[in-house]
Amino acid sequence: MRKLLNTLFITTSNVYLTLKGETVVVSQEEDVLGRIPLHNLEAICTFGYAGASPMLMHACAEKNVSLTFLNAHGKFLARVIGESKGNVVLRKTQYRISDSEIASAKIARNFIFAKVANQKWILERATRDNPLRIDVPAFKQVSERLLEDLKKILACEDLELLRGLEGQAASAYFGLFDQMILQQKEAFYFKTRNRRPPTDNINALLSFIYTLLAKDVSAALETVGLDAYVGFLHRDRPGRASLALDVMEELRGVIADRFVLKVINKKMLDEKDFIRKEDGAVLLTDEGRKKFLQAWQERKQETLTHPFLKEKINWGLVPHAQAMLLARHLRGDLEEYPPFLWK
Amino acid sequence: MGINEEDYLMLSGIQHFRFCARQWALIHVEQQWEENVRTIEGQYVHQKVDQPFIREKRLDKLIVRAMPVKSHELRTTGICDVVEFIQDPAGISLINEVGKFRVVPVEYKRGKPKKEEEDIMQLVAQAMCLEEMLACEVPVGYFFYDEIKRREEIQITEAHKEEVRQLFKQMHHYFTRQHTPKVKMGKHCKSCSLENLCMPILNEKQDVKSYMRRYLV
Ligand code: SF4
Repeated sequence: MRKLLNTLFITTSNVYLTLKGETVVVSQEEDVLGRIPLHNLEAICTFGYAGASPMLMHACAEKNVSLTFLNAHGKFLARVIGESKGNVVLRKTQYRISDSEIASAKIARNFIFAKVANQKWILERATRDNPLRIDVPAFKQVSERLLEDLKKILACEDLELLRGLEGQAASAYFGLFDQMILQQKEAFYFKTRNRRPPTDNINALLSFIYTLLAKDVSAALETVGLDAYVGFLHRDRPGRASLALDVMEELRGVIADRFVLKVINKKMLDEKDFIRKEDGAVLLTDEGRKKFLQAWQERKQETLTHPFLKEKINWGLVPHAQAMLLARHLRGDLEEYPPFLWK
Repeated sequence: MGINEEDYLMLSGIQHFRFCARQWALIHVEQQWEENVRTIEGQYVHQKVDQPFIREKRLDKLIVRAMPVKSHELRTTGICDVVEFIQDPAGISLINEVGKFRVVPVEYKRGKPKKEEEDIMQLVAQAMCLEEMLACEVPVGYFFYDEIKRREEIQITEAHKEEVRQLFKQMHHYFTRQHTPKVKMGKHCKSCSLENLCMPILNEKQDVKSYMRRYLV
């Protein structure tokens, strides 16, 4: 499996990246701030309007280092993609399935199944770990409800119905989300999911982590030769990485939500790391963003045993493992796509 | 059927195919390969093609490096590391050269002698290309081992040639169907650079349905 190396995050906006030999040079006007050998990197991610030289872009594309530009708020702007891999057969299969609602639903079902199963597991973990802090009967009730939803999802081969089931399950799960925030309750609370712009601290963190995860999933899909923009559950929309969003469904709760809860419950961030704009939008401060990214990097290095492959990998490689499994399913090696089911 | 050289397969693929049909398909049909294979092969080929047609003349020998070859019978194209043309009255004549020559392919190998069937297949396929292109007989070829600077002679037998024909036939068959054969896990997987892409362990996995059902409790 791919080695998980570091992501270089550029959080200052007036920084320029160039390539000298095999080394990425980070500079600000005349000053060189740092040099990192390209082969030590798996990804480069810039915030604000940092620039990068075409040479560097080319080297990244060639060496499979993902290079992504986000704006200062963490909104996705652009990504460098090189010459696409020659895997025409795989892509054509992907397009054929995407064109058929019925065939798409078979794969979409597994994404949704895993999403809900993982949400259920998060709730169960909370009842086990913090029975005195949460409303256990309410958690049990929702968990049982999600079990019923899972049974329905497994039998469902209709995209519209699947989306409906997914939506209901998500609102039941998010209905309990606030209770899983155990620290700093005055500053961190959750009412409903809101975005564009997020208007409270938790939603700001959720939006940000989803963007980071989506970028990792896109890169993983492109690495195995899939087209991140052609999805099964999410239909085509210009500029939207639909397949990345599909695969992300099963990873949102188990990777992103849990990470946000951990950061707050372990007090790795506090109220001072956020600012509220005049329009009500909530943003991370530069300092807050740095802490958050640092914690995210560390999280990605932690290991787990992949539930289907039964192999030890880093959390950061989970998107790669799923992309690989999806590709192998599309090529006919597996009768179904095995989603990431955490337990 | 007309000759459509677009459908010709890479000669070097025969060694992958002989090693493992799935490995060949991952590289040549799906064009998936991991960085390490690609860069190493890339550099290696590069060194060679950087100096095509540098003819070296020594006493009784004409040495041609990185010689492109093809065979319409096998429907393949490739590059021979080195082809030696050795003065021999029983040989064939070449354009712009005086005298007659024997044709001998030499394949360079890194490391020590460890000739595997798949290497031999590659050398035989090259010999067959040369025979067809030059209308001659190529009864022997050599491996040259870089590390010990020694060569080893290989007899190109009719049995070898028949095996090469059969292998190419199967390769074309898979290629036309764009088919990647399923995993046949074996000890060759241990030394396979595509193990991560191929995921041979998928073969032993429980089926996905029961994997998912486990969560319905
Ligand atoms: S891992 Fe094994 S089955 Fe897969 S390509 Fe390599 S040798 Fe073939």
